[in-house]
Amino acid sequence: MKLFEDFSLGLFVWQAVLFIALILLLKKFAWKPILDSVNDREEGIKNALDSAEKAKLEMQNLQADNQKLLQEARAEREAMLKEARDIKNKMIEDAKGEAQEQANKLIQQAQAAIESEKKAAISELKSQVANLSIDIAEKVVRQELSNKDKQLKLVESMLGEAKLN
Amino acid sequence: MRRKISLKPITLLLLLTTFVSFGKEQEGHGEQKTGKATESEVKAYIQHHLKDSYDFNLFSYTTDAGEEKHVGFPLPVILWDNGLKVFSSSKFHHGKTIAEVGGDYYKLHHSKIYKVDGPNGEIIEDENHHAINDKPLDFSITKNVTMIFMVFAIMFFMFSRMAKSYKKNNGMPKGMGRFLEPIVLYVRDEIAIPNIGEKHYKRYMSYLLTVFFFVWIVNLFGLTPIGMNVTNNIAVTLCLALITYFITTFSGNKNYWKHIFWMPGVPVPMKIILAPIELLGTIIKPFALMIRLYANITAGHVVLMSIIGMIFLFQNWIGSSLSFLLAFVLAILELLVAALQAYIFTVLSALYFGMAVEEHHDEAH
Repeated sequence: MKLFEDFSLGLFVWQAVLFIALILLLKKFAWKPILDSVNDREEGIKNALDSAEKAKLEMQNLQADNQKLLQEARAEREAMLKEARDIKNKMIEDAKGEAQEQANKLIQQAQAAIESEKKAAISELKSQVANLSIDIAEKVVRQELSNKDKQLKLVESMLGEAKLN
Repeated sequence: MRRKISLKPITLLLLLTTFVSFGKEQEGHGEQKTGKATESEVKAYIQHHLKDSYDFNLFSYTTDAGEEKHVGFPLPVILWDNGLKVFSSSKFHHGKTIAEVGGDYYKLHHSKIYKVDGPNGEIIEDENHHAINDKPLDFSITKNVTMIFMVFAIMFFMFSRMAKSYKKNNGMPKGMGRFLEPIVLYVRDEIAIPNIGEKHYKRYMSYLLTVFFFVWIVNLFGLTPIGMNVTNNIAVTLCLALITYFITTFSGNKNYWKHIFWMPGVPVPMKIILAPIELLGTIIKPFALMIRLYANITAGHVVLMSIIGMIFLFQNWIGSSLSFLLAFVLAILELLVAALQAYIFTVLSALYFGMAVEEHHDEAH
């Protein structure tokens, strides 16, 4: 057959030697470094994408946390404000009560003082009236001892006056 | 983009030089005889082109005085015939003279070296025109071997530089690597991983990448006028197919051998019938690889050269220009075939490796 006549052992040997040498040489100096670099690069890209995804997730978490914190803060503020309002109201209430009490007490004191002053005044008036009456009586008695009619008349008028008082 | 643009004129130029160098040969012969190239001359030229040679012949022509001129350079001839014999192929004077080395005489006959008796020894042929002279063991650096050396050097230069550019640029390719990386990745992602599997593919990457680029580059060189097409030698394709065969056989796991000798899931008589068929199959597969690559490239060259030959046979404007057009289209097709055959060889090798390392699974076959 022509095919096998054409077969050249020399060419076969050269091809085998050179080709196997080429595989081994390229494996060491080309394919391994090339495929490793490509692998590293792909790995790097994959890692970068992963970490980007992770960062995104973290960001979302952070934002959620922030939101939560904000809400908490708002609730706390609300609570604090409410408490403050309550305290204020209570204080006002208390103050009002106390003031009322104080006022009542003062009024009572004032009334009591007025009452006692009044009593004192009345009693003084009474004593002065009594003194005056005695003075008058004395004067009348001194004058009227000469005139009996006049004496009676005076007493009468004076008594009328006193009654008016 | 730039690469695409610059590639086109080069291919065109190479194709044109094919025609030019071929034309010179034919015209030279033609003038000597009838003034026209003959069919037998074209046929002889094609056969000559397909054969290996001991000279690196760029082109040859015949002067007006009828003298044959060869442009090229001689290559070393290495013979093993009772000791190592090394001499320059220029001693043969393109087959016209007998070379004498250390008392032995050698003659070129149909591009093969035969031993002859003396300085005037003749090649003795039997009734089938087969020479019966002794053939020394021939390890010459022929044109094909030179091409293999060249491709070896080119590939080593290209890919080691590419590997270095990765180191220099923090894992990014530069220059040539930018063009080659997608192809390397294609071999990995589209050929190795789908056929062999994620788990085992790494072991075979060196072979697959080397064989892919080797066959491709060698095929492309075959399309240039200076190049001898290495892959149209059965010795070269046999060597490649044998390597695939050995790698497949030696990486075959238990499951692989079980499928060959004792096919699971079929009745026992079938198992006995299937075993020799399967065993034969392991040899037929690489054999088909060998023949496919050889036949495709050889056929492509024969057809392309024949159509180019037609340009000179027609010798009229219509026929020749039509042949030119056809040759041009076919040459472009051959560019595709060059890559396609490299791809097919690599894919099938990967497929066979994949079969050899396939893990056991419980599905019916």
